[in-house]
Amino acid sequence: MNYIDSLKQRPKLLQFVALLIVFFLLMQMTGDYHSLIVERDSFAKAVASGEIEASVGFTEALGMLASGQLPPQLIRIPELSFYNLSASLSSTSLLIVLAVFAGMSYYSHQTSISKGSWVSKQYRHLFTNSLTALLTGLLIMPTLFNWLFGAATMTTFWEIPRLINELAENLMYNWFPVEIYDPEIEDYEDSALIKELTRSFSRSLLFLIELVREILVGGVKTIVAFTSWDWLEENKWAYWPALPWTVVASGTFLLGYKLKGLGLSLFAGLTTIYIAAFGQWEPAMETLSLVLIAAPVSVILGMLWGVLAFKSTKIEKTLMPLLNIAQTMPHFSYLVPVVVFFGIGDHAGAIATVIFATPPMIRLTLLGLKKVSPEVIEAGMMNGCNSRQLLFKVLVPTARRDMLLGVNQVIMQCLAMSVIASYIGAKGLGFNLLLALNQLRIGQALELGVCIVLIAVVLDKLSLAWADRQMDYFSNLNFYERYRYSILFAAVLLLGSLLAYIGSFLFQDGINYFYLIPHNKGMTTEPFWQAGVDWIIDSWFYSLKSFNEVLIINILIPMKTAYLSMPVIATFTLFMGVGYIVGGARSAIIVGAFLLFIALTQWWDRALITMYMVTFGVIVSVIIGTLVGTICVQNKAATNFILLVCDTFQTFPSFIYLIPVIMLFGITDTSVLIAVIIYATIPATRYTVEGLRNIPPSLIEAGLMSGANRIQRLINIEFPLAFPHIMLGINQTVIFALFMVIIGAMIGTDDLGQFILKALSDKQGIGNGLMLGLCVAFIGLAVDHIINTWAKKRKQTLGIE
Amino acid sequence: MSTTQQPVIKCSSLYKIFGDNTQQVIQKNDGKIDVTELREAGCVVGVNDASFEVYEGEMLVVMGLSGSGKSTLLRCISRLTDTTAGEIFINGDNILEMSAKELIELRRNKMGMVFQSFALLPHKTVLENISFPLQIKGHSTKDAMQRAMDMIKLVDLTGRENYYPRQLSGGQQQRVGIARSLAVEPDIWFLDEPFSALDPLIRKEMQDEFLRLQAALHKTILFVTHDFDEALRLADRIAIMKDGVIEQIDTPANIVLNPATEYVRKFTADVPREKVLKIESVMEEIGNLTEADLSDFQVPCDAIIETVAEKVLSESKPVAVVDQQNNIVGVLNCHTVIHMLFGENQVANA
Repeated sequence: MNYIDSLKQRPKLLQFVALLIVFFLLMQMTGDYHSLIVERDSFAKAVASGEIEASVGFTEALGMLASGQLPPQLIRIPELSFYNLSASLSSTSLLIVLAVFAGMSYYSHQTSISKGSWVSKQYRHLFTNSLTALLTGLLIMPTLFNWLFGAATMTTFWEIPRLINELAENLMYNWFPVEIYDPEIEDYEDSALIKELTRSFSRSLLFLIELVREILVGGVKTIVAFTSWDWLEENKWAYWPALPWTVVASGTFLLGYKLKGLGLSLFAGLTTIYIAAFGQWEPAMETLSLVLIAAPVSVILGMLWGVLAFKSTKIEKTLMPLLNIAQTMPHFSYLVPVVVFFGIGDHAGAIATVIFATPPMIRLTLLGLKKVSPEVIEAGMMNGCNSRQLLFKVLVPTARRDMLLGVNQVIMQCLAMSVIASYIGAKGLGFNLLLALNQLRIGQALELGVCIVLIAVVLDKLSLAWADRQMDYFSNLNFYERYRYSILFAAVLLLGSLLAYIGSFLFQDGINYFYLIPHNKGMTTEPFWQAGVDWIIDSWFYSLKSFNEVLIINILIPMKTAYLSMPVIATFTLFMGVGYIVGGARSAIIVGAFLLFIALTQWWDRALITMYMVTFGVIVSVIIGTLVGTICVQNKAATNFILLVCDTFQTFPSFIYLIPVIMLFGITDTSVLIAVIIYATIPATRYTVEGLRNIPPSLIEAGLMSGANRIQRLINIEFPLAFPHIMLGINQTVIFALFMVIIGAMIGTDDLGQFILKALSDKQGIGNGLMLGLCVAFIGLAVDHIINTWAKKRKQTLGIE
Repeated sequence: MSTTQQPVIKCSSLYKIFGDNTQQVIQKNDGKIDVTELREAGCVVGVNDASFEVYEGEMLVVMGLSGSGKSTLLRCISRLTDTTAGEIFINGDNILEMSAKELIELRRNKMGMVFQSFALLPHKTVLENISFPLQIKGHSTKDAMQRAMDMIKLVDLTGRENYYPRQLSGGQQQRVGIARSLAVEPDIWFLDEPFSALDPLIRKEMQDEFLRLQAALHKTILFVTHDFDEALRLADRIAIMKDGVIEQIDTPANIVLNPATEYVRKFTADVPREKVLKIESVMEEIGNLTEADLSDFQVPCDAIIETVAEKVLSESKPVAVVDQQNNIVGVLNCHTVIHMLFGENQVANA
């Protein structure tokens, strides 16, 4: 009876148990199809050749259900969904009208305003309603209808990528022709507006990148931009010389000293020297030139949208869902549209980087602005600020802390993108790293990885120091004191140039080490790492191999099979059921809508493989993360240490983690999963530590005074209170894992990421790339919605925040 | 404070009502404000029909508990929030009709405000914070810094000009807030619970400091507080608010002696009168007493009772009360003082 009583007090638990039972029943009911749907192709073939009925009639379906089998239409949606356009055209339009009308009358009912002002007030709702109505009416409803009762063809969703492709092509080549003067044929010709716009945009962006790049490593393209190649042929002297690396190194040293002091200057200076000495100068400067353009653009765009969203709730409400999707879409899926509209090259890399780096900046700007206390704003207004002064002198500086976090995020994203952008022609460290990874040159990859990380950290610290600098108003500086650093830099420039000039006589092999150390002439530790890898493989080969095999055969393959053989109806039941338990009908519908989108595309099984990898990664990460976090938080020094470790690891661009794992496990799922685990353990650990550390001391004291020992305290006080925060950590873990799984496509997987990568090399890939990206985003958003809703409710119940 | 003088601040029938459907309800009543109906419609009434005047050099303290609408009233007058209905005149100009530009000019030159949570800009040093309004106004950096240094001296923060707000104690931060609000030499000084976030000892110290400043500067002040003692200590006149309504507006002595409503009486019940009342409010008519009947010791009529009580009690004869021109205007008897010191409370409690 006791058990029943305690169960009665926990209706959610009871619901969850019931849900699990239904889920496993559905899993069991797959019956004869079980063996067939293990492999997607054979099943699809079987349906196509008529070996398996695609769908059965209503009575037959009931019979199958009664005999403990699922009717085929409930098992897999994609292969079994149908769309008969001619039959459902009239019903479609009817459905649209009905849905819009339902939405309108619902909102009319909600508010008691006159019908006249209603349209102007509700235009946003009207817009979303009609969009939803269109989507449901045109795509989902007929699909579902025919899926249950119709004949086998395809879902309309399968057509979407093609539609997107055509739309993009039309926009790019046909829409709004304008007359453009072509200097080559000396005549006007027709060209599409968008094409010309993106082209000129690309050109100016490329010019900027080249400009920065040539200041750093020299070149002729900037000169060409103002003259012509012919002019250059005639004037051989016209070459923009590179800054000698010694000058750049001293320059960073000076800059660091000016902004912060000796510590930063040493760090920045030594980083530059490291890059030069290891012969990574040219690629590093190429990457830097891209970052120096992309990062400021992202920061400015982010601040602009952040401020706009702060000023207008309408913009904020429109922007938020877009940001959610943008931040959960994998990097790769941005690349295809960028290539279609902007072509290939450094500018395309920069644009992709900006697209990816801006959302966190927008979000953090908005967050920072919202945190500004209303009294500070009032103080600004009472001091007579006009709206511009209020924004730039009060709001933005006061929200600086969060915005700097945003800048930090932007820099991290920029460098993380440096590798991914190399897929669409961005030169630099990322390209070399990709090459090294593909050639399995671990040592070189490591050196390149270290370069990227160092650049990231130096840029981050310099930008922080710049924002923190202090002015001195009363010291009467003379000319020398005021321009001390500029003068010093000029001196260094002279000295360095002189040194480079001397160097050109000093070194006999034609390479001037004082000017620029070429790619393969620097120091390298590659043999050492290679020897290390060889040694590991020599001495650990069999244990690594057997570990790998045991993991793959006993855990990974069965898990993958189980996921793949999950009937669609069971997946839906599980997710929507959890959604319902956590957040009621609303959450169930939201989660269901996300899933339905994925189910209606042709990549449901790939999504399942992605989910399997994410699940495995998240489970292991969360176990490790919470354990490590809990142990570390018991000791103050250990806490600080682990937070430092988390900070450091978070600075590394995600693909860095792929380097050591390939070294150990080669190109297998294990490698990707281990990289996922390392990467995703960071947030799990951090949030555990934060959650446990931020428990009100009075509660811990209350526990102590009640005579609880450490374990009792942990179980009864600390864990329950920290759990909502830890759940947010798990949420982050899922997102991190999802990203890493997708990036894992670089070393070969068979999930959604691989298809996104394939879309990249496909001329018609824009539609596929976007749809796949949305699939990944929706997996993330579904999990995010459930966990966030839960954590919010739980925190409210506990009265935290 | 003659009534012929033009008031610096003048409010008449001021209303501030929160709620999305406020305008609809008011429109339905042809612009007339019906507070009960508004409350029924789910609106929150912040300020309810407030009318008062503040004269030059006068300090009006608005006292009320949290949610009484006192801060809202202040924000209406400084036009930090929009007013639902009513009129506000500053030096005769209706500020509700001012354009944004005029308003900015007014704030840059005429108004200063101190905030409860100090509202200092965290990224600026003490010096930069204080010079902020000057720079906003367009003063040159050198000029602004010079003036800011003067203000730093005024509020006794010399040596801390390059500190950031986070490096200062609460009391010091509020000194910076005060200095900033005074930097443009405003005529009107708004203070929104300036000392509420401070410890009691510091609060006392800051109140003394504030009185010292006001004695030197003679600003027209609107001071908001929830602390009745503070109001009594500082005010020329006190306005007591409850649920958006000004229950009573009068001098401290009159509020203590003649509370207008039951609500005001609750506040005044426990107030030690001898610490609040001046001699003039308890002295008796001189009647037929002659010089000889009075003691040699004389008390000024505006002295607080407590400060002279010991002296008065040690005299055997009644004490003469004199005004500023040294004319005898009344007498003070021992038994009045004793009654004031010991008897009143028992009477009040009984």
